[in-house]
Amino acid sequence: MWRYLIPIGLFAALVTFFYVGIDRDKQTLPSPLIGKPAPQFQLPSVDDPTKLVSNSDFAGKPYLLNVWATWCVECRHEHKTLLEIARRGEVPIVGLDWRDDRAQAQQWLQQLGNPYTATAFDDEGRVAIDWGVYGAPETFLIGADGKVLFKHISAMTPEVWERDFLPLLGRTGARTE
Amino acid sequence: MIIELGHFALILALCLTLAQAFFGLIGAATRRPHWFAVTQRAVAGQFVMTACAFASLAYAFYVNDFSVLYVAQNSNSQLPTFYRFAAVWGAHEGSLLLWLLVLSIWTVAVTAFSRNQPDIMISRVLGVLGVVSVGFALFILLTSSPFERLWPAAADGRDLNPVLQDPALAIHPPILYTGYVGFSVAFAFAVAAMLEGKLDSVWARWVRPWATMAWLFLTVGIALGSWWAYYELGWGGWWFWDSVENASFMPWLIGTALIHSLAVTEKRGLFKSWTLLLAITAFSLSLLGTFLVRSGIIESVHAFASDPSRGLFILVFMGTCVGVALGLYAWRAPLFRSNVGFAVISRESFLLMNNVLLVAATFLILFGTLYPVFLDAMKLNKLSVGAPWFTVAFLIPMLPMVFMMVPGMHADWKRATFSRTKTTLLAVTAVAVLAALLLSFVAYGWHSILAFVGFVAAFAVALSALVDPVNRLRKGHSLSASVVGMSIAHFGLAIFVLGVTTVESYHIESDLSLRPGQTAQLAGYDFKMVSVRDVVGPNYDAVESEVVISRNGKQVTVLHPQKRTYRVQTSPLTEAGIDAGWGRDLFVAMGEPLGDGAWSLRLQYKPLIRCIWLGALVIALGGLVSVTDRRYRQRVTADTGAVSPAAAETL
Repeated sequence: MWRYLIPIGLFAALVTFFYVGIDRDKQTLPSPLIGKPAPQFQLPSVDDPTKLVSNSDFAGKPYLLNVWATWCVECRHEHKTLLEIARRGEVPIVGLDWRDDRAQAQQWLQQLGNPYTATAFDDEGRVAIDWGVYGAPETFLIGADGKVLFKHISAMTPEVWERDFLPLLGRTGARTE
Repeated sequence: MIIELGHFALILALCLTLAQAFFGLIGAATRRPHWFAVTQRAVAGQFVMTACAFASLAYAFYVNDFSVLYVAQNSNSQLPTFYRFAAVWGAHEGSLLLWLLVLSIWTVAVTAFSRNQPDIMISRVLGVLGVVSVGFALFILLTSSPFERLWPAAADGRDLNPVLQDPALAIHPPILYTGYVGFSVAFAFAVAAMLEGKLDSVWARWVRPWATMAWLFLTVGIALGSWWAYYELGWGGWWFWDSVENASFMPWLIGTALIHSLAVTEKRGLFKSWTLLLAITAFSLSLLGTFLVRSGIIESVHAFASDPSRGLFILVFMGTCVGVALGLYAWRAPLFRSNVGFAVISRESFLLMNNVLLVAATFLILFGTLYPVFLDAMKLNKLSVGAPWFTVAFLIPMLPMVFMMVPGMHADWKRATFSRTKTTLLAVTAVAVLAALLLSFVAYGWHSILAFVGFVAAFAVALSALVDPVNRLRKGHSLSASVVGMSIAHFGLAIFVLGVTTVESYHIESDLSLRPGQTAQLAGYDFKMVSVRDVVGPNYDAVESEVVISRNGKQVTVLHPQKRTYRVQTSPLTEAGIDAGWGRDLFVAMGEPLGDGAWSLRLQYKPLIRCIWLGALVIALGGLVSVTDRRYRQRVTADTGAVSPAAAETL
C-alpha cells in the first residue's frame, strides 16, 4: 500500500527544504551591500547634538561601523573587544547608536570606555534601515575605496576579529597606514 | 538563589519526563501494569517541578531581579506589576517554559480524566506525551534557558516590548499555547492507537473531548490575537495573513477537520486512517508554527530574536516526532481500513468534503507562507506573498464549504435523500436570499456579488443551524449536548461570516490632517478634533488628542487616541480611540505631527466588526457545550487485550 507512504514522503521533502533554509540563514548570510559603496549618512553626534557625524569624514581609509545601543545586552559583551581594537589603533571605529536614549548612551560611554572615533545618534533608525541592520550589534567593515567589505552580525569577539576582519584589512593594506 | 532553584527544578522535570516516557511506553509494550503507577507519579512530579521552575522565573520578574539576563531583557522597574508577570512569556525563553508548563497541565488532565479508560492505552498516551515533554525540556535547557545570570547585574531592565503591554496580548499567549499544546493529546492518542494496532469508535469517543478542548482554546486565542491587532497596531485591520498568524491558523483549520472526522469515526467507524493523519498533522503544524516563528526562516520583524541553532533543534525534534508518527502510520494504517460504505449523498460525504476543503485551504496557506522561503532556497528573487493572494486562495475552498454546510447539516448518515429535507432546504434558502437582498439593497446599499453571496451564506448557515434543534424540541425529543454544541458552533460561524462580509464590503476609511478645531466627515459622522495635549503614563509619555464625534448635531462619543512613546525602548506606539458598538465601530488613530498643531489622523467606520470576534467566541462556546456531553463521561468497559484497572490494582 504505497499510498500510506505519501504523508511521510511529503514530510521528508518539507524537512529537507527547511534544513536548506536554515542553513542559508546563518549569521554569515552576506549583506546585499557587500561590494557596493557604503550608504552615506550624516547624523548628530551622541556627545553633542549640535555636531554632525558623517561617514564621508572617514573616506579614503578603511573603517568599522559598529551598530550598538544601551538596551542591547550583547553590545555590553562585545564592548571590551572593541576597546581592545581601538587601543591597538588598527582601524577607526565609527559608532551608530541605534534607537537609544541620549543620556543613557553618554553614561554608557563614560562608564565602559569609548572605543569610537565618533558616534552618530540614529534616533529614528533611518540610517540603520539604509544599512540593512537587523538588530544590534552588527559590525561593518568599509574599505579604503568606500565599499562595504564585510558584515558581522552579533557580538564582536577576538576570534571573529582575527578570523574575518584582519585578513580583509591586510589585503587592503590598511595596517601599514 | 531562587533562580538557580528554578533551573534545578527544570532539570528534575526533564528527568521525570524521561521516566514518564520510558515507563509509559515500555510498560505498555511489555504489558507490565504496575509500571503504570510509576508513570502516573512521574507525571505528577514533572508537573510540580515545571510549575516550580515557572514560579521561580515569575518571582524573579516580580522582585525585579535584573541579575537574571532574561528579566533584564524583558522587564523594567517602572513596568506595572501585571505586565511584569505577563513579561514572563514576553520573549522566546519564557514562552517555551510556558509551553512546557501547559503541556504538563494537559498531561495531568489526561491522568485525571481517564480513570475509566484502559491503563495500557493511557500508559501509551502518557508515554508519548512524555517524549514530547523531554524534547521541549531539552530544548529549553540546551538552547534557550531563561535562567542565565547577567554579571554585573543591569541597573534596570530593557523593558517589555511596548507592543505587548496590553491586557489582551498578555493573556493571548497562554490561551493560544493551551490550544497548540492541546493537540499533542490527540497526537498521543493517535500514536497510542497505532502502537496498539486497534482503533474503534470507543477510541474516537475518548479523543473527541480532548481534540475539541484544544481546538476551542485555539479559537479563543486566535480571536484575541485578532482583536488585539485591530486596536493596538493602529491600522484597524483584523487579520493580516502575517506568517505568525498563519502559523496559528493552520493548526486551527486542521483541528476543525479533525473534530469533524472524529465524529464520523465515532458514529460510523469510518475515516479511521484519515483521522489519524489529521491528528498527527494538527500537532505537526503546532510544532511547525513554533519552528517558523523561532527559527527566523521566515523574514519577520522578530528576525533578530531568532537563532539558527534553535531552529535546527526544533527541526530535528519535529523531524523525529512527526517522522516516527508518519512511519507508524505507513505501517499501521492499512489495518484500519473499514468495509462500511456510504452513498454519494450522505452526511459522511458532506463531512468528507468539509475535510478535503479545510485541508486544501491549509495547504494553500502553507504554500503562501513558505513560498518566499522556497524561492529564496532556490536562489530566485525574494518575494513576499501578500494579503490579497491569501484572501482569494482562502475563499476558493472556504466559500463552497460554507454553502455545503447547509444541506450537510440536514443530511442523514449512510444515505441521504433530498425528498425528506427538500422543504426545509428550500425554505432556508428562500429566507436567506430575502434577508441578503434586504441587507444589500435596503440596509447597506449594493456593493458586489461577493458581498451578496456572503450574506446569503451567513443567513443560510444560521437558519440551518437552528432547524435541527428546533425540530427536535417541537417533536418532544431530547437534545444532547453534542447537538446543541454543534448548532451553537455553526451559528457562530454564521455570525462570523456576516461580520467579515459586512466589514470587508462596507468599511469606510480616510487618512487626513486635522488641526484642533477642525472637523471632518465620514460615513455620516462628524469627527471634530478638539485639542491635543501631552499626558504622562506609568512608563510612557504620550500625545493625546480629543476627538468629539457627532451625528446630525447630536454628540455620539468622545475619543482620546494617543501616540505613546515608551521611555525605555523609545519606540512609538499608537493607541487608537475606538467607539465600539453592535452595529459599527468608529475608530480614530493618530499618525504623525504635521507642524502648526496639525496631525495626520486615520478615521474609520467599521460596520458589524464586533461580529467577527463574537462569532469566534460563539464557535468556541459551541465546542465547550459539546464537550459536556454525557456520553464522554460514561464508563467504558475495557476492551479485550487491555488490562482492566482492577487487575492493575491487585498487582
